[in-house]
Amino acid sequence: MIISQLGYYSLIFGLLTSIFIFFNSSIQLKKNNPIISDKITGLIGFQFFFVFISFISLIYSFIISDFSNETVYNNSHTTKPLFYKITGTWGNHEGSLLLWLLVLSGVLLGFIFKSRNEPTNYRLLTTLLHQIIVIGFFVFVLKTSNPFNEIFPVQQEGLGLNPILQDPALGIHPPILYLGYVGTSIIFSAALASMISNYLNKSWAKNIKFWILFSWIFLTGGILLGSVWAYYELGWGGFWFWDPVENVSLMPWLSLTALLHCIVTLEKRELFKKWTIVLCIITFTLSMVGTFLVRSGILNSVHTFANDPSRGIYILTFLLVLVLLSFVIFMIYENKNFTQESGIFTLSKETAILINNWFILYFLSVVLIGTIYPIFLDVILDEQISVGPPFYNKLILPFLIPFVLFMSIGPSMKWIKTNFKIKAKSFLVIIFTLILSFFTVYFVGEKNIFILLLFIGFFYLLLKSLDQLREKTKNFAQIFSHTGFSLLLISILLNSFSSKEIIKNIQVGESFTLKNEKIIFKKIAIEKEKNYESIVGFFEILDDKNRIINLQPEIRIYNEPETATSEASIKTTLFKDRFITINIIKDQNFFNVRYQHKPFMIWIWISTLIIMLGGMFAIFRKNKEVNI
Amino acid sequence: MQFLEKIKKSIFSLIILILLIISFFVFKFALQKEKIYTPKITDNQIFTDFKVQFLIDEKQVNFNKVLTGKNFYLINIWSSWCEPCKDESKYLLELKNNTPIMMIGINYKDKKKNALNFLKLYGDPFEKIFVDKQGLISINFGAYGVPETFLINNDNKVLKKYIGPLNDEDVYEIKKITKN
Repeated sequence: MIISQLGYYSLIFGLLTSIFIFFNSSIQLKKNNPIISDKITGLIGFQFFFVFISFISLIYSFIISDFSNETVYNNSHTTKPLFYKITGTWGNHEGSLLLWLLVLSGVLLGFIFKSRNEPTNYRLLTTLLHQIIVIGFFVFVLKTSNPFNEIFPVQQEGLGLNPILQDPALGIHPPILYLGYVGTSIIFSAALASMISNYLNKSWAKNIKFWILFSWIFLTGGILLGSVWAYYELGWGGFWFWDPVENVSLMPWLSLTALLHCIVTLEKRELFKKWTIVLCIITFTLSMVGTFLVRSGILNSVHTFANDPSRGIYILTFLLVLVLLSFVIFMIYENKNFTQESGIFTLSKETAILINNWFILYFLSVVLIGTIYPIFLDVILDEQISVGPPFYNKLILPFLIPFVLFMSIGPSMKWIKTNFKIKAKSFLVIIFTLILSFFTVYFVGEKNIFILLLFIGFFYLLLKSLDQLREKTKNFAQIFSHTGFSLLLISILLNSFSSKEIIKNIQVGESFTLKNEKIIFKKIAIEKEKNYESIVGFFEILDDKNRIINLQPEIRIYNEPETATSEASIKTTLFKDRFITINIIKDQNFFNVRYQHKPFMIWIWISTLIIMLGGMFAIFRKNKEVNI
Repeated sequence: MQFLEKIKKSIFSLIILILLIISFFVFKFALQKEKIYTPKITDNQIFTDFKVQFLIDEKQVNFNKVLTGKNFYLINIWSSWCEPCKDESKYLLELKNNTPIMMIGINYKDKKKNALNFLKLYGDPFEKIFVDKQGLISINFGAYGVPETFLINNDNKVLKKYIGPLNDEDVYEIKKITKN
């Protein structure tokens, strides 16, 4: 079809523009022009435009179900609702890479606009370096993952989208996540450019901070959406599984978080220059490593769309080239930029930030090792293992305590040097923390000194962050994200200790109990939707105060491709989620019913939103001198 | 001093470079691995000298003591969380009732409660069931995942290996082999 052709040639033109921009900006760099010519700005606009056209063509092909297009044929079906036809565009390998490319070219365009007042050299160099990444991905898409391959003869019907991906949260999860994930590319290019052009100073920090915050907010949002989806769609009531695919999104998040704090230190005090650059490089490398691990088929998950080793080898080689390039640039320009930074080991905000950076890096290494260790072991010793929650709990939990303590006292420290005065009010916070923690531990029934310590740490962070609301110069960005973070930790801890579940095989009409609650299986109904049939179980829960709660879990049998998914039914209240799923037992009248109490689930989502809100405050705060 | 600094820097760079290149090759092999993967069994002989724990009474026993007295043994790796295992049960029951094979179940990375529940629901085709909490025993057998079935003879030789759930044809084949 003509639309596929349009999309394909648009991509080729995009690639040509990239090469053109690359040469043009290197010529201009040599000439040392004081301003960037409109030609380059225009070309960057065109580049984005071409990718955009290509992306729209693919979406259009999905909407009209053009089965002459291989990607559409493999991942769509005429009976799918329009929303899932559109989201199907990025629910596959080829389309998701086109989205990569779209974001990649989009952030460069955004950068060029946002950096109008920056030195020309720096802007040109960023453009130049960014084009290397862009060209690499153009070639990758065109060579190994062309979304516009045609098939002949044209098929009447497509193969359909994986039903567990047919979900509103997951529909928008990829674009949001990619804005964060791929957004880190501009940080990478700009960091290297700032080194080469000798622009590693306060104004650079100010300029790049926007992009760090931008990526951080979207990455947080993307992870949140993925987690929410896993909670109600995968049907086991968990929200984080330490699955390698989740880990690869957490790793750039951790290093972005560290970077976020470093960049503020650089902006205020011109410190940690080297460290900031290293973090910029690490962040983008991690997001490339993630793309590699997820897209190459080394790991098996819902995200692995195809197992074509040539794709893996390409990303891997490209990744190596980029890392080597950044490494060489770093080594060459190292001495030029970094004068000896000395004497910051006083009691100050920068010290607190540095210490917490180490902690974050430690957490990052734990996650990294847990993710890639099995791969290394498999290759080197031919042994298969899988790394699960106990590994992460053991290695991360104990270190969270000092981490949150530094996080609590850090914000109230001053730059350069702090003279600690112990006030009566700080005792008040400590006393409140202790009372709250003892009460919580007692309430939860986990009488364990380690858990008590965890609660003390988390509550202290919460109260300390809230306490800052009384200060004259409030920094909402920091208060929100730290409060959100402490709430997140508290809810996760509470959730993991007081979750209850019961699994029963029962028939219609029978009932069972869990903690003063009676669960009655009322009836079964079969409903027919456009793209699936569903078996709905009607359950009535009588809680301890004899109130009736209705829950209707489903088993959906999708027609294209024919698969069954189990849809949880969840009743959310402020303090607990009631979570129920059913499964068919073959050739029997019994249903396998799984009923769970998940305390404080909603707080996990809310606190993540609060963390994001903190990031937004930081973005929209204009030119006001506030500490982080 | 400056000379020392320089040496320090180049050693540091060298280490990073070596690490990068090692990682590159490890990943590269990992990509190609699946195709050249072979189970860790020499001459089709499974390794039996290790301790196993019964699922029900949690007693320990050496695995080679288990493999005595019969001509054929069927080792089935299963788990209560494994969907295909549910479909497989009927074939295992069929084999249990109609062949002289000793049926051995390896309960893979499972909870005891769920495992017992599973057996209650779908029937218990096994004479002996052992637990494999960490999945290490299954690695010893060279298993790919669950479910997986090994037919072995009294010399501990693997006669047949079935990756994934058994089907009608497999059952027919097993019956044919064990008849002779």
